[in-house]
Amino acid sequence: MNKNMKILIVDDFSTMRRIIKNLLRDLGFTNTEEADDGSTALPMLQSGNFDFLVTDWNMPQMTGIDLLRAVRADERLKHLPVLMVTAEAKRDQIIEAAQAGVNGYVVKPFTAQALQDKIEKIFERVNG
Amino acid sequence: MRSDSGLAVTQYESIQARLQQAVEQHAGRLQEHLAAGDWAAAAQLVDQINDIRNQSLYEEVAKLTRELHSAILDLQIESGTPHAQEMSQINDVNERLNYVMNMTEKAANDTMDLVEASAPLVNYISYEAQSLTADWQRFTRREMPLDEFRDLARRVEAFLLRSLHDSDQMSAHLNDILTAQSFQDLTGQVIKRVTELIGYVEDSLARMGGMARTVDLVAGIEHDPETLQKSSQPRQSDSRGEGPQIRADKGEDVVSNQVDVDDLLSSLGL
Repeated sequence: MNKNMKILIVDDFSTMRRIIKNLLRDLGFTNTEEADDGSTALPMLQSGNFDFLVTDWNMPQMTGIDLLRAVRADERLKHLPVLMVTAEAKRDQIIEAAQAGVNGYVVKPFTAQALQDKIEKIFERVNG
Repeated sequence: MRSDSGLAVTQYESIQARLQQAVEQHAGRLQEHLAAGDWAAAAQLVDQINDIRNQSLYEEVAKLTRELHSAILDLQIESGTPHAQEMSQINDVNERLNYVMNMTEKAANDTMDLVEASAPLVNYISYEAQSLTADWQRFTRREMPLDEFRDLARRVEAFLLRSLHDSDQMSAHLNDILTAQSFQDLTGQVIKRVTELIGYVEDSLARMGGMARTVDLVAGIEHDPETLQKSSQPRQSDSRGEGPQIRADKGEDVVSNQVDVDDLLSSLGL
């Protein structure tokens, strides 16, 4: 796994962005940027050469599921690996995210281990 | 406030009782007038009964209006009154919940600041202890020249001094992390107050509901149960999401942990 890959963290709560950023740094990923909402994240993704997207679901302007759909609909972004880290825990929602093309799904509150496992699994599949 | 429907019925019954009494009082005379063929007198009696009914209705409506007004005053959300803004407990709730948001955010950030400040201290101890251990083992195996040992001794002394200083620093950080958790007490108290107020609002609304039922009973209004049900149905879910599941172990359509999520995803081929 390329530890230098560029990761975008999208969450409307700055504390959650900070937690994820710190956990990623612990895992060796230091090349991270942040956005507080899907509508600010999408232009960043379109112009920023990101390798990985970690997004929350419930956000004020554009939700994470809509961001995921926008990413999958974008010719240049559609292969971007996406990990959803969210408090949304209804079966229907998880199925909805899977159908929209999510690569991994972590429910909050989560552990550092869960985050690591999902990231490793995603890149095993992407690279395998 | 379960007694409210009872209250409504009692009020209704009192009107009924007065009406019944009036009808009973007048029934005998009505029959006499009818038997005598005195239609004008009979019609007058019917008018009197109607007047009694109307009078009771007016009185009830006036009473209900007063109660409704006092219930609204209790809620302190009546607009247009002077100082409505200051009096509004709902407004106060917003402020309280904002306080909880700010407190929890500050506690989270303070804790993360301290963790971030502590990490390099631990990293240094770990890194330097590893390096010293390797050299110390060389020394105990007598593989170290004397001038290198002098250097090792200086490094050990520096390590010990720095460990002393850093462990003081670390325990200060740990204490600060501990005290940062005091938000739990303060926000807990605020949330408890808000919960009480919500219970109070619920009671007041139930009282108003009871009054509305009384009005319906007195005035003989009936509602279409289907329309009522339709208007009280929850909104359709959209992409907005619902936030954390407070009782994840209770809902059948809700996963309760990451293992469930993984199982569901792997059943979908992910």
